[in-house]
Amino acid sequence: MAEVKLMKGNEALAEAAIRAGMQAYFGYPITPQSEVIEYLAAQEPKHDYVLIQAESELAAVNMLYGSGGAGARVMTTTSSPGFSLMQEGVSYMACAEIPCVMVNVVRGGPGLGTVQPSQGDYFQAVKGGGHGDYHVIVLGPNSVQEMVDHIYLAFELADKYRAPTLILADGAIGQMMEKVILPAPIKYEPDKPWATTGKTPDRERNILTSLYIQSEDMEQRNLKLQAKYKVILKNEIRYEEYEIEDAEYIIVAYGLCSRIAKNVVNRARDEGLKLGLFRPISLWPYPWDRIGEIADADRVKFFISVEMNAGQMVEDVKLAVCGKKPVFFFGRLGGIVPTPEETYEAIKEKIG
Amino acid sequence: MKEGYELVYKRPSTLTDRRMSYCPGCFHSTIHKFMMEIVEEMDIQDKTVGVCPVGCSVFAYNYLDIDMQEAAHGRAAAVATGIKRVLPDRIVFSYQGDGDLAAIGTAETLHACNRGENFTFIFINNGIYGMTGGQMAPTTLDGQITSTCPYGRDVETAGMPMKMAEIISSFEKVSYVERVSCNTPANARKAKRAIRKAFEYQMEGMGTTFIEVAANCPSNWKLTPEESLKWLEEKVYPYYPLGVFRDVKKLKKEE
Repeated sequence: MAEVKLMKGNEALAEAAIRAGMQAYFGYPITPQSEVIEYLAAQEPKHDYVLIQAESELAAVNMLYGSGGAGARVMTTTSSPGFSLMQEGVSYMACAEIPCVMVNVVRGGPGLGTVQPSQGDYFQAVKGGGHGDYHVIVLGPNSVQEMVDHIYLAFELADKYRAPTLILADGAIGQMMEKVILPAPIKYEPDKPWATTGKTPDRERNILTSLYIQSEDMEQRNLKLQAKYKVILKNEIRYEEYEIEDAEYIIVAYGLCSRIAKNVVNRARDEGLKLGLFRPISLWPYPWDRIGEIADADRVKFFISVEMNAGQMVEDVKLAVCGKKPVFFFGRLGGIVPTPEETYEAIKEKIG
Repeated sequence: MKEGYELVYKRPSTLTDRRMSYCPGCFHSTIHKFMMEIVEEMDIQDKTVGVCPVGCSVFAYNYLDIDMQEAAHGRAAAVATGIKRVLPDRIVFSYQGDGDLAAIGTAETLHACNRGENFTFIFINNGIYGMTGGQMAPTTLDGQITSTCPYGRDVETAGMPMKMAEIISSFEKVSYVERVSCNTPANARKAKRAIRKAFEYQMEGMGTTFIEVAANCPSNWKLTPEESLKWLEEKVYPYYPLGVFRDVKKLKKEE
């Protein structure tokens, strides 16, 4: 049965994972997302999922590899420095095609950085992170409700494409409390004939590996992955448009920044300024084509990417706009959340 | 079977027909055979899942006719933990070399043992990095020459060779630890018995089981297979003695 509650983002995410049929969780405490493992530990006696506080993020991600490969619905959560440690496992899982859900509640970096919210891990999330030619599916929630909805979606996408799927949140989404509708729990029945569950007489042995020592075999493996990514690009692009129809100036923002941007759009509209918001929800695959279409409209004068970093997603916006219109950037760094006021000022300055 | 003949030896059906990539004289193939004979004898092919990480045995899944996962270098214990925790009624083992288990994967190894994860470590300790061409391992003996200690291991700077069976036997939730070898038919039989015992303890849910094989590496030791057996007897066993280091069933009896 669905339920309405007031919940913290991290706890809502944990509750959603339980309801979405998560069978195993592996993690290591790190601010600002430790509430996830704490919540799961408190709820554990009422459910039958596996929970291990691993000795490191490196161990956690490899437990994810093993259990995901054994066919279970599995999850880990971490924050930036921890996700850096996990990159080895992410690359291996992408190649061995092991479905799993990972959550990075991003904090400011580089290095140990700060525990305050940031979007500084965008490049790491969407352009690779680990070694080799691979992508993970990346979702960017902007509310506590989406922390919940994206968990269900992420498990579905991970299983559907046999692909590691990442929820790229940030410290603010993880820490803030909002009203949330928790969907009814689902009973998850794994249907994974490729999983390593023990070779029965009716089938060949199942092997999960990322090792193809002959170059020809490795190329074939890569081509298989690339073909899968093409299908994902075709089917799984998600975005939200707000006041775009007649907009002359367009903010592009995801996650927490999209909430701020919406506020700015409303203020601008009150003053008669035709500002709109384009919010990518899937960060990989990115809605390049849709942004390109918007850029074609004569009324559109420029785009401005608003981010909590030094300008990362703005590169994808430029790629999408392809020189058709100017693309600007406004952002704050080091864990500082841009205010609507300073964001609006930055936009007005560009309008001139 | 021809009349008048008695079947005294056969390849276990649980080994594939593929030609092994191991060097002549290396114990890997012997241990592979023992493991698969045990899987056949215990009739657990449909319940067994193996993990092979980076090292010479990274291709083990080509030879063992069971479900397997290849793991990143050093991460076999974490991967095996993940498998066993979600499939608690399966027999799970990791098959690791010394660089994997005792250098890059030490944290994963020790913490899996500390938690008493109910799977079996098969630890092939040949004192050298085989696959990458003979570099120093955490288990390389004092003074032993490798490509990265060409004047012999200097324990003043490289530390002492790590005695993993002894270290692992100090963990309370580990149920069985034995160091075996395959230099003689008698020792080889003991090695097989130890692996079987480890699997049986695992089936009884007794906690981590750890079998260290004091192994050879003729190619990188730059010895003939026969000379490598002599080296084992003269240099390896005195530092890495064979025997049982922990057996909770015996400990319980003594209590």
